[in-house]
Amino acid sequence: MNRQAQAVVLLLLGGAVIRASVTDLYLRYVKEGLRPFLIAAGLLLVAAAIMTLWYELRPAAPRALAPTGGGSTGAPGDPPAHHEVDGHDGHGHGHHEPRVGWLLILPVLGLLLVAPPALGSYAASQAGTALSAPQQSDYPPLPEGDPVSVSVLDYAARALFDRGASIGDRRVQLTGFIADGPEGQPILARMVLSCCAADGRPVKLGLTGEVPTGLPNDSWVEVIGRYTDRLGRDPVNDAEIPYLEVESWRQIPTPKRQYD
Amino acid sequence: MTADTDQAAPAGEPEGRAGTVGVATEVREPAPAGGEPPRRWLGDRIGSVEVLAALLILLIIFRDPLAAALDDPRLQTWTTVFVSIMVQAVPFLVFGVLLSAVIAVFVPRSFWAKALPRHPALAVPAASAAGVVLPGCECGSVPIAGSLIRRGVTPAAALAFLLAAPAVNPIVLTATAVAFPNNPEMVLARGVASLVVAMVMGWLWLRLGRTDWIRMPRRPELDDASRGRAFWAAVRHDVTHAGGFLVLGAMAAASINVLVPERWLQTLADNAWLSILALALLAVLLSLCSEADAFVAASLSQFSLTSRLVFLVVGPMVDLKLIAMQAGVFGRRFALRFAPTTFAAALLVATGVGAVLL
Repeated sequence: MNRQAQAVVLLLLGGAVIRASVTDLYLRYVKEGLRPFLIAAGLLLVAAAIMTLWYELRPAAPRALAPTGGGSTGAPGDPPAHHEVDGHDGHGHGHHEPRVGWLLILPVLGLLLVAPPALGSYAASQAGTALSAPQQSDYPPLPEGDPVSVSVLDYAARALFDRGASIGDRRVQLTGFIADGPEGQPILARMVLSCCAADGRPVKLGLTGEVPTGLPNDSWVEVIGRYTDRLGRDPVNDAEIPYLEVESWRQIPTPKRQYD
Repeated sequence: MTADTDQAAPAGEPEGRAGTVGVATEVREPAPAGGEPPRRWLGDRIGSVEVLAALLILLIIFRDPLAAALDDPRLQTWTTVFVSIMVQAVPFLVFGVLLSAVIAVFVPRSFWAKALPRHPALAVPAASAAGVVLPGCECGSVPIAGSLIRRGVTPAAALAFLLAAPAVNPIVLTATAVAFPNNPEMVLARGVASLVVAMVMGWLWLRLGRTDWIRMPRRPELDDASRGRAFWAAVRHDVTHAGGFLVLGAMAAASINVLVPERWLQTLADNAWLSILALALLAVLLSLCSEADAFVAASLSQFSLTSRLVFLVVGPMVDLKLIAMQAGVFGRRFALRFAPTTFAAALLVATGVGAVLL
């Protein structure tokens, strides 16, 4: 891969990253907080590509004089002392252009052409529900509102570790996607990220009452319901799955932020 | 071998060897490409740009079949995980490369040699400490260590730097703190364990190392006409080089993520000793960038903190892409001895530190 090709790949990579971060595409893969860094990194990649092309395609004149220039290189006009000349910055430029750079086309392809969806029901079925021991023992009271909107993660933690005490008789409204439960019945799930989709793990909720039916997996729904003390088990990691008594539900379009 | 001979030898010998290799290659290779900047479109390497263009056109034409082929949920999940690892790592990679290019181009060449103590045994901890303030991922530190040796720095110190720089620099430690919000002691443990391994390996090299294991191929650098040119060339080269290896690592990580059933890891995680060994091997296989590996370690939540510490200490020092790069920069004889020894040292030290601190 020569330098011009490298420049093109860097340009594509930078462009793909910028495009993903100015649209909402990046939210499928990483946390929202990474956005400014993504934009900055994308701009730097584009700058590196442009500078490379500029130096490559510029008239050749200064090049012939190169070895004598630069106080930091070896003695001027002393070609045999190549060990002085080389290792200037220790990054192995020159004729050994990295062939492995071709692989950088793959993420470009992934971002520009394929743009895979956020993790959904398949990933949820492969991993165990991600509720681990609670960070806090007291859960603050739910905010105002009827029904009150809570995240799947919050509801599950309150239902499981607080035995629903802080939920009480309140009506809650949750948003998640439909996935297959242990016995084939639909469950409500939401993926939780700590950094990127590679560490995405599902939080699963069993459903009783007016269970949404007839929806394919990965459909997004908004359910309204109440706490129930029923518990199930996730066969993948043998963890407890709390349940929600559904009163009503409606299908919604896929939200912008698909991860909790 | 005394410390003195070790210090004296590298200045002459490896360079002499590198020289003979270098002269030979220089006559053969850069000569055609030698008049570099107007890289001729009809030269021997014109292929790349055209190949790239053709490839991209083909990909756009076959976009729909491609998307259809990725419809399988397993493949789709693989793609999502792969893309997300890349997206998440790109800022770390770019900023690491940028800083290493700044240091490589704008810090005077004599700086490191002057900054390090004369006595090699003292230069080792000094070089390890230098690694702490030098951000960059392991892909960047291999060539830097190579050029340090070329400039007459004792290999023991350069190797200590090689191991310390990717493992305990500010970016990596910050990333570790972000990834383990509930276990701040993880940051300390990672720093301490990695520093200790780096110094142990440096001193071990003073005792047992032989300079003729190191054979440095000639690397025609940019004979910089300008610092700007050298700087951007360093950025371009490192992003393509390290980025390419990062893609490999991301593909491996995505495959492990999709293919290895969680129950498997669960069984391994239940056994304290097995889990340490398993994560040490996983670190080698995954070849994650040190700036991103903390997040993967954090997600391996079924494993003990000690085994995840081993993962974080081994990963930046020994992994598949590093072994390949070390073989490229220092020669195969070196890599074959250095990598397994470092693996053992990192495994032992990290387990010990984990037992004490975590």
